[in-house]
Amino acid sequence: MSQRAEIEAWYRKMEEFAEEMKRSVGIPAIIDPRTGATMWYDQRELKLRYTLSIERVKRFFEALGEGKVLATRCGETIMFPPQADCPGGGEAEWVEMPPEGELITWTVINVKPYTFSHYDDYVVGVARMANGVNVLAWIRSREAASLRPGMKVRLKVVRREPEGYLTYELEPE
Amino acid sequence: MRKVAIVGTGHSRFGVRYEVSLAELAHEAVREAIREAGVEAKEIELSVVGNAGGWSSEPLPAVVVNEYSGLSGKATYRVEAACATGSAAIKAAHDAIAAGEADVALVVGVEKMNESPTPTVVEFIGRAGNYFWEFENFGLTFPGYYALYATSYMFTYNAKEEDLCEVAVKNHYYASMNPKAHFPRKISVEDCMRSRYVAWPIKLLDSSPITDGAAAVVLASEEVARKLTDSPVWIEAIGAASDTSNISRRSTYLSLPAAREASARAYRKANIDPSAPAKALDLAEVHDCFTIAEVLAYEDLGFARRGEGYKLVKEGQTYAGGLIPVNLSGGLKAKGHPIGATGVSMAVEIVRQLLGKVEEGRRATVRHGRGLAHNVGGTGHYAYVTIYSLSRPR
Repeated sequence: MSQRAEIEAWYRKMEEFAEEMKRSVGIPAIIDPRTGATMWYDQRELKLRYTLSIERVKRFFEALGEGKVLATRCGETIMFPPQADCPGGGEAEWVEMPPEGELITWTVINVKPYTFSHYDDYVVGVARMANGVNVLAWIRSREAASLRPGMKVRLKVVRREPEGYLTYELEPE
Repeated sequence: MRKVAIVGTGHSRFGVRYEVSLAELAHEAVREAIREAGVEAKEIELSVVGNAGGWSSEPLPAVVVNEYSGLSGKATYRVEAACATGSAAIKAAHDAIAAGEADVALVVGVEKMNESPTPTVVEFIGRAGNYFWEFENFGLTFPGYYALYATSYMFTYNAKEEDLCEVAVKNHYYASMNPKAHFPRKISVEDCMRSRYVAWPIKLLDSSPITDGAAAVVLASEEVARKLTDSPVWIEAIGAASDTSNISRRSTYLSLPAAREASARAYRKANIDPSAPAKALDLAEVHDCFTIAEVLAYEDLGFARRGEGYKLVKEGQTYAGGLIPVNLSGGLKAKGHPIGATGVSMAVEIVRQLLGKVEEGRRATVRHGRGLAHNVGGTGHYAYVTIYSLSRPR
């Protein structure tokens, strides 16, 4: 069973219990099996989905469609993730990130957040790119046990499935 | 600036506290702290509530807690600095008293994490990096963030997972003597090594649990503290610092620069030699949300040289009687880590240690009359190093 299926099954169990309690005692009570404590099973469920403003860094997302990963630059300083304004004043300019980098560190996400629970375990790493700027991303299809610090990686635009949107990943060479 | 002392402490039992609401839980600590301080509710001018929230239902915890404990009407606000919320709340109250804005202030740290199911809590904490660039696309979790440090540390210094587990063994050992701890039981290195990975190389028993709990302190100005008690514990120094939101923008994964900076600032204020701080302290409570975090803390605080932190615990130097006893409470690891309460819990523990009021077996020997709290928020986003002392600061 995937983590998502396990979680959904658990929610169903809680809901069924609360429904049964509403029928029998009139309130959505949940009894903790360990302590016997009574809890109220919330009858208001919040759906939380943000709309994030990307207007001023839209160029970044357009460039993904051209197969490029962009950063921004203020004088000598390259900023990734890109930001529209220079902290010291003025507007930043767009530059392309080099695809070559070296892996610094990584982890395997075994226990996933709820909204990532439909994926298999995934590897997240940080690489230092040829321009000296770090990129954090998933590391594509590689046994984590074979990864080493200093290993060469390439920054690539990929389509994230099953959602089907463009993003970037690091691929070991 | 005026001097500020702790004159009362309160601490709930930490654990899965399904039998109490957020306000009831906070009240356990508030009641105890106010009683210990010997003040009346009407003397409290400011109530600062530390709570991270999200996983719990009350969006305005400060007024909920105040109403329940009979403190409505006071100046109040909620403070949030991720896992360093409690220390930030203490700093806010400290600063108000130091500036002469109040004479008596209550600081309450409370967190009811188990109001949401575990996957939701994992999600909320995972979002506590940079939301869009780290979470939305790459689904990091909190153990995942600290695992980035652990991987880098292990490869650079040739430390093993077993070495990190030594921290868990020590902290569970001390938690076994702390009746307020979430997990008051001993574990072995083998138990730790056998526990499942949550974010390789971090395992379940390398990790602090999802905990409900509350802690409170009453702070007073020097004039009021002298009237209330013969044994005030002074806030000698607070060093605070911060770092980038994106973990990718950090220059190193072998240290938390904010924690290094916060300790340098605190040592400077307290006139502690940064090359040998352990010689000026009786104990430290450090932010061991994961075992690697305690090892980094040893190095960031200057208890061990770079790359040698993991050896310190192996050699027993952070047990009572060693170079510097660390987390005699059981730490976040085994006492538990109710996010907003943790920094306040550290303060309560250090005050009680300095006054010799903790259980035998986990008591530090008090020679210098000084203890240190190292409280980190996020993945090194916020850092607070607070030094508590039996002697009035200069």
